[in-house]
Order: sequence, then structure tokens, then C-alpha cells
Amino acid sequence: MSDVVETHELTMRFGGVVAVNNVNFNLRERELRCLIGPNGAGKSTFFKCLTGQLPLNHGNGRVFIRGSDVTGWRAHEIVRLGVGIKTQVPSVMNGLSVEENLWLAARRIHGWNGTAGAAEEIIAELQLGDFSKRLVGELAHGQRQLVEIGMVLVQRPWLVLLDEPAAGMTGDEVERLAKVIRRINQTASVIVVDHDMEFVRMLGSNVTVFHQGAVLLEGPCDHVLSDEKVREVYIGTRAK
Amino acid sequence: MITAWRSIGGVRWGWFIAFALVLLLLPLVYETHTPTVLLIWALFALSLGFMWGYAGILSFGHSAYFGLGAYVYAIAAVNIGESTLPLILAVFIPACVAAVIGAMMFYGRISDVYMGVMTLVVSLIMFKFMNATAGDQYAIGAARLGGFNGMPGFPTLNVPGAPHISLWGVPTYYVCAVSLLICYLLCRWILARSFGRVLLGIRENETRCELLGYNVPACKTAIFTISAAMAGLSGCFFANWAEIVTPSVFSLQTSSDVIIWSMVGGVGTLIGPILGAMALGMVKLLLGQQTLINNFLVFGFILIVVVLAMPRGVIPSIQYWWGNRSRRSRVPSNGGRARRRLTVKPAERS
Repeated sequence: MSDVVETHELTMRFGGVVAVNNVNFNLRERELRCLIGPNGAGKSTFFKCLTGQLPLNHGNGRVFIRGSDVTGWRAHEIVRLGVGIKTQVPSVMNGLSVEENLWLAARRIHGWNGTAGAAEEIIAELQLGDFSKRLVGELAHGQRQLVEIGMVLVQRPWLVLLDEPAAGMTGDEVERLAKVIRRINQTASVIVVDHDMEFVRMLGSNVTVFHQGAVLLEGPCDHVLSDEKVREVYIGTRAK
Repeated sequence: MITAWRSIGGVRWGWFIAFALVLLLLPLVYETHTPTVLLIWALFALSLGFMWGYAGILSFGHSAYFGLGAYVYAIAAVNIGESTLPLILAVFIPACVAAVIGAMMFYGRISDVYMGVMTLVVSLIMFKFMNATAGDQYAIGAARLGGFNGMPGFPTLNVPGAPHISLWGVPTYYVCAVSLLICYLLCRWILARSFGRVLLGIRENETRCELLGYNVPACKTAIFTISAAMAGLSGCFFANWAEIVTPSVFSLQTSSDVIIWSMVGGVGTLIGPILGAMALGMVKLLLGQQTLINNFLVFGFILIVVVLAMPRGVIPSIQYWWGNRSRRSRVPSNGGRARRRLTVKPAERS
């Protein structure tokens, strides 16, 4: 199968700090991949490079999405390829209701007439109906996370990039989210950045471990989590 | 489904017609010179309030486009000799300038603070430049810019295609009133479209809008351009009202006035800036007739009082209070039985 995401020697420096260091990364069609690593490992910076949130030039290496060289593209141009992006901190429109947030997310894809229906489908799927008329700013953190995921899904992307989607969610919400992500993965490739090991195990996907801005190890979840080097740099004594 | 957006985009036709009737009937009972300038300032405030309240873009130097509209009209009217094309140019050229400056700012990912400074600097450059154009060499065609003395004696508005029939007094008032109403409806129409909703999204969270695939810099440049076009139109009317254009149209005071009018009236509504400009504009004119109190002190005091007492502005506070009152009156006491009994259906009456 062809690669959906490909990076060639991706590098990002902030002054003297190398946050991402010559990363070569590949994601295949319909693959679910988790990016893990300790704080400061560079996974979120890598994520921002992929999504166009950090401006790149050819000195930073190359990023390809389904064969298109998207190096230096703006975030909205990358999204328009069919990419859904969820950021680390819930990035929602607090002054609008849940319905309005979803409407705005759906509008570009579904047209004026189909938008309301598409938003309602997502409300039903993610069980957001109880608070769909409330302002998003009034919701709990986990509920806002779900709204943001709904905003990504309603665009029917073929590549979904999720940065810490389970942060701040209750146990039930995390389980529901894992099911949703597996459902998304039936039709789309997915990259999940997270450091909640339970959640990563729940997804049971291939895992890429970041350490000091570089890829330390890649492989199936169980294999990676039992690796000595990984345990040493990231998991330590907690991974038992 | 989208109840909040419906209220943002919808026109309350009863209030609109009442307001329009007041404007249209006013010349029957009152002189039009003062109301005309209040309408002009209201249009200027609407241009800023629309952009600031619904897209979250605050221009500290909106006088640049107001002044540009005034000067473009005056220069074009002197050279052409009638007002139709100059009026169009007074809208078009500020819009083009704003499109270029806006594209530089928004595509350049300039943050809000620096954007505010840039807009301010543009207006100050215009102010300084126009003050320094007193020499004979500063002329465009037959129009001398005149430096700090400004440009007097240009042809004022006339009936389109009939330069010998000039509009002055009541007809100018009606031109300004109808323009204000049309611009208000245009703003409402824009807000009711997808573009208007995207603007609200940008105001709430620019990053998320970009991550939904919307071209945020293009949207912001577009609204900046529309706003500048309206400011240019108001500047053109101001030039006609004053019959002279001086560099003071670019001044810091002009920029700060429109910000204060919008803030006091209420940002996030369209009627707030309009009424704020009319009310405070009237205060400004009244204060201008005396020398006892400094105008700036009074405006500063009004601004501080409003910001402390009604941080959202007068009109949004009234709307909030009215909404709460209506909600409370809808909550049925005594299980709603007593209230319902007061309402008799037509069938029961018979």
C-alpha cells in the first residue's frame, strides 16, 4: 500500500534547540499509528509540522501527504486535501453552541443544505445531544474534546491527526473515544499523539516512540512497550 | 437548528422600519445639517463596528480610510467636475488600499497587537503626509492638496448625470440616510451568509477556523476591505457636508472617536455603533459650542463609566436585560395555570 504521510529528514529548530531532528516517518493507507514519548520529546512539534501550524521551508526537510509535497503549505490548504486535525488543547469556538461549531465544521464539505443533517449525524454518533444547544465554553474539558473530535469527523477526512484526544476525559469517555477512533480507522488513516499508555494499549496500533526530537523505535504496541530502551527513556518503572 | 445565528443574521424588521421612518420623517420637523453629520458618523462607526464586532478585527487607524474617501472624492470631483464617478472612487480606492494593507497584515500572520499598531501607523503617516502638502508641487491634476489648510471649493454631490443639479441640505441628508440603511442591510445580509458565520468563527477561534479548511487571511482581508469601503463612503459624505477636506480627517482623534462610539454603543451589534455614534456625536457637537470643559475629558469620562457599568456596551446590555426580563416573564409561576387562564382562545370567546 502507498504511503499517506511521508516525511524526509524533517527538522525543526527553535533558536538553539532542535525540537525535531531529521525524522523520517511513513504512514500507510488505513494505518492507525500512535506517537508517544516523554514531555519535550518533540511529538507535538512534529504534529504541528505535519499540519502546517508551524511554517516550514525546504531547509526543514520535506512533508508529503498522498504524494503531494505540502512543505510550506498553510494549515487550511492541508486540511482541504481531506485531512482532519485535532489540536492538543481543545480548539473550539467557545462563544458558539455545539451545533454551531459542528455546522461551521461541516459547511465547507457538505454545502448549505446538507450541513445541518451532517452535524446532527455526528451529534447522534458522539452522543452530544444532551448539550448540543449549549455554548461550548460552558462545557467540561472532556465534552469539549468530544466536540472537537466531532468537528474533525463531520468533515469526513481520509487522514485524521489527533493530538492528545483523550486528555481530560473520564474513563467512559476514553472508551467511547477509542471505539470512535477504531471506527474512523475503517475509512481513514489515523495518527494519534498521546502519552496515556492505557489509551494507547486500548487502540492496539503500531507505535512510534519519540525521544529528544528523533524516532527512537517503531513497531507493534506490545513490542514497543516492552522494549528496554523505551522503558528507560520514557516509561521507567511504571510500565509493568 | 441554528437559533443563535438566526438572531445574528436576521433583521428585526419592525425596529428597522421604525428607525427608517424616523430618519425619513425627521426633515419635516427638524433642520438637517446636524442630523446629516450624525448619520455620516453613524456610517463610519458601523464600518468599524461591523469588522470589530463580528470578525474581531480592531483597527486603531480607521480614520485612514475615512480620510482617504474624503480626499479621493475631493480630488476626483475637482478634476472631473461632477460627483458620480468621484463617489464611486471614494469607495473603491480606500477599499483597494485596505485590500493591499490587509493582505500584507493577514497573510503575514501579524498578531492582533502589531496589526493594531500597523493600522494606527498608516493613519498617522497619512495625517503627517497630508499636512506636508502645502506647496504647489502637491497637486493631482487640477486639485491642489493644500497641506494643513486642506481642500475647499470642490463640487459637492449632484444628481447622477446632471452636474448642474447639485444636492444640498435635505437631499444630502436623504442620501446619507438611505446609504446608512443600505449599508446596515448589507452587513446583515453578509452576516446571514456562510461568510458571516465563518467571520464569527474567526472571531471566536482563528486557529480552529484555519484547521477547518477556511482561508482565514482571505476572509479577514475581505471584511477589512468591505469595512474600509464603508468608511470611505462616510468620508466622502463628510467632505460633502463640510465642503472642505483637511488632514484632520486622518487624525488620531477621528480614529479614537469612532472606537469610543462603537465601544459605548456596543460592539457585537450593528445598531450599537450606529446609536453610539449618533448620541456621542451629538454630545461632541454640543461640547464644541463651549470652552468651559475639554471634550476629551468628557469622552474619557463617558467611556470609563460605560466600560465599568456596562462592559459590553449600552445596546448589548439593554438586550441582555430585556432578554432576562422576557425569560423571567415566560417562567410560569403557580405552574403556569394562572397565566394561561388569562389567555382566552378565540373558540372559547364565542
